[in-house]
Amino acid sequence: MLIPHSETDAAYVIRSAVADGRKFALCGGNTRSGFGNATEGAEALSSRGLTGIVDYDPAEMVMTVKAGTPVAEVEAALAANRQMMAFEPMDHRGIMGTSGEPTIGGVFAANVSGPRRFVAGAARDSLLGIRFVNGSGELLRAGGRVMKNVTGLDLVKLLAGSHGTLGFLTEVTFRVLPVPQTVETIVISGLDDETAAKAMAAAMALPVEVSGAAHLPQTVRARFIDGALPENEATVLRLEGLAASVAVRAEKLVAVMQAFGPVIRLGMEDSLSLWREIRDVHPYANGAGRPLWRVSMAPMAGCQLVAALRMEAGVDAYYDWQGGLVWMQMEADPEADFLRGYIRALGGGHATLIRASKSARAATPSFEPVPDAVAALSARVKQKLDPAGIFSPGKMGW
Amino acid sequence: MAEAIAFLPARASVLSQRDNIVTDLARLVPADCLIHEERELAPFEIDAFISYRRVPLAVVLPRTTAQVAAVMKYCHRHAIPVVARGAGTSLSGGAIPQEDAVVLGLSKMSRVLEVDYSNRTATVQAGVTNLSISETVGIDGFFYAPDPSSQLACTIGGNIGMNSGGAHCLKYGVTTNNLLGVRMVLVDGTVIELGGKHLDAAGYDLLGLVCGSEGQLGIVTEATVRLIAKPEGARPVLFGFDSSEEAGACVADIIGSGIIPVAIEFMDKPAIEICEAFAKAGYPLDVAALLIVEVEGSEAEMDATLKDIVEIARRHQVKTVRECQSATEAALIWKGRKSAFGATGRIADYICMDGTVPLGKLSYVLEKTAEIVERFGLRVANVFHAGDGNMHPLILFNANDPEEAMKAEEAGNEILKLCVDAGGCLTGEHGVGIEKRDLMRHQFTQPELDQQMAIRSAFDEQWILNPSKVFPLEGRR
Repeated sequence: MLIPHSETDAAYVIRSAVADGRKFALCGGNTRSGFGNATEGAEALSSRGLTGIVDYDPAEMVMTVKAGTPVAEVEAALAANRQMMAFEPMDHRGIMGTSGEPTIGGVFAANVSGPRRFVAGAARDSLLGIRFVNGSGELLRAGGRVMKNVTGLDLVKLLAGSHGTLGFLTEVTFRVLPVPQTVETIVISGLDDETAAKAMAAAMALPVEVSGAAHLPQTVRARFIDGALPENEATVLRLEGLAASVAVRAEKLVAVMQAFGPVIRLGMEDSLSLWREIRDVHPYANGAGRPLWRVSMAPMAGCQLVAALRMEAGVDAYYDWQGGLVWMQMEADPEADFLRGYIRALGGGHATLIRASKSARAATPSFEPVPDAVAALSARVKQKLDPAGIFSPGKMGW
Repeated sequence: MAEAIAFLPARASVLSQRDNIVTDLARLVPADCLIHEERELAPFEIDAFISYRRVPLAVVLPRTTAQVAAVMKYCHRHAIPVVARGAGTSLSGGAIPQEDAVVLGLSKMSRVLEVDYSNRTATVQAGVTNLSISETVGIDGFFYAPDPSSQLACTIGGNIGMNSGGAHCLKYGVTTNNLLGVRMVLVDGTVIELGGKHLDAAGYDLLGLVCGSEGQLGIVTEATVRLIAKPEGARPVLFGFDSSEEAGACVADIIGSGIIPVAIEFMDKPAIEICEAFAKAGYPLDVAALLIVEVEGSEAEMDATLKDIVEIARRHQVKTVRECQSATEAALIWKGRKSAFGATGRIADYICMDGTVPLGKLSYVLEKTAEIVERFGLRVANVFHAGDGNMHPLILFNANDPEEAMKAEEAGNEILKLCVDAGGCLTGEHGVGIEKRDLMRHQFTQPELDQQMAIRSAFDEQWILNPSKVFPLEGRR
């Protein structure tokens, strides 16, 4: 593994690789390196040698950090000022069976978000600026450190979620938000998947600012917060903010949700644990290594997909993002065409194979294949940033 | 009028074929969708950046994506420039055409196609006005968050082109944060879909790249946007301060305290006077700066939050505090602010700058802005979104005096450079357009511009889409 300790070194290493015809798999702490199609013969090039907080003024709610800085260090610095990353990046170590330190660069390169994503935006929405080395070894900047910026093409969004196939991130600048004073969770018990989707949609239509909406079917319910959730399925809704405000909103939300089923309320401590476990896909962080899919669809379509799949395969699933994010563990090897066919039939979205056996991974495109015209465009975009194709060619399909 | 900013020279090969092109276009769209008589072309020669005008070769106003695709395919084959246009409200000249260009106006594609409350989305044609989305869904308790000042007229297609913001993006973000999907016609007429009702991209975030690309990557014909449940209520409070510095420090403290209001608007003394004379909003005239801070929620929540905010303001020697007891009073507070541009236009011509700076630099940039404008012998009024650092200095001048117009433009350029040097950017929400094109080198290095231009070429190899805009004409590849 190559670990440059400065941007200049990184640029030099990349320029040399172009000259020598070598290829790189870009990474941070390697805790998410199992993502995407395998790239043969690529050497790891890690940003973990580029660390440290460059600039952080809590009053501006903006932080600039070198890409290889551990997420834990960023979170600690933010917590000391009662601030946070609103997009709640998940920790993949549990489900990927990896160890080591996730880096902030990895979070943005993989556009990693958590339960609050459906109201507060994804990692890419908080990302304001980047410094990166392109495939020609040029050190470039994009974006800046202000929230409103439409100066030139938005390469920040393009690089976010490009999984290290377009550029080597060396520094990121992102927006942060205050930590809510308190958190409470409303639990509605006993709803089937479809009713739960309706209940969550009803909650999101109320002016109570729900900041988390997940449905935990019977198969997974007991695996959250040490089995402390009530019997039967649990549909969980999170409220955050000033204590006085949360209390008022909780009353309103409970009044409406009682029509769907019995309701209990969880306090701050249980809520924090529960949403962390939902974020980190705790039920499937079991080391079993059975194929794990992450599906993003319209909120009401998630349960339809699972119902359709269950007619033909063994599927264990739970829902986040008001039902639109489905975490699915399959009994057998992934049948990607079958799954993706249903997604298209149900209005579209995308399925990513997060975890699978080596043979299954070799036979399955990890990321949702896109239509030919979009794939051709994506390949042209990659060619413009990485003309020699040295950054994980094929990892995302091009 | 001074003609300082150059357009690309018109392609003689296109101009000479004018009549043939019009004849061909007439085969692609119905007769009422094509404009080519000189008299009828006039409304399309200009946008809200009034300093420049160019009569286009023809204007096409398609009704369907298929018609847009046919026109693009044709123009691509013959290398005819195409300038997309929504309502023509661009303040940076993004929609000004050129003599050899076909204007592709989306104004006839103005239907809301679907409202889906369970999934909290609206799918609309690109020519739908920004405000009409919120009007359509408002009765059911939802709204579409980005609210540029021109929202009554400006279109979603234009908003996507410029990644428009508005007063309330401190809490809800700008267009890119509220856009879920688009149907888009590529330069060669291929129709693609990016995103949809689901979140995040399957592959590269091309949707994020397209948003804010100023009509240079393709023609968006439909969009799916995120709807949000309307808060129970919203209430502004007005603060007057003896100095801009105190007002700026107060903004930083409100944000730093962990409160995120939906909006924090700033006005300096000249802006207060201009707006008050026009709107009679009851603004205090004995203060140097004014803040309008708006919070949302239930009555109890707003009471609690406003109490905290007023306390912070008092720590900054606030001179005037006006809380409102009724919707009428609230509307009056906003009326002054919202009429700022119109009111300014009554007393002088003005150009509106749009740089963004880090919050900590607000006071410094205001002070330097005043110095710059004074040096040119002009006046400036500042009205802007303080919560996100998006400055809008209005430089007042007399458009009938070419020398003064030139000075205003030069002063504006210096202010924008100041914003960049303070760690900010040239444009927060209006776009680069033609206005700020030649300043791009101040913000980006040549390799950075080359990289952006290379990516632009991946979408439009011949550079026929809005070609005179965004990137400096020299140094293009």
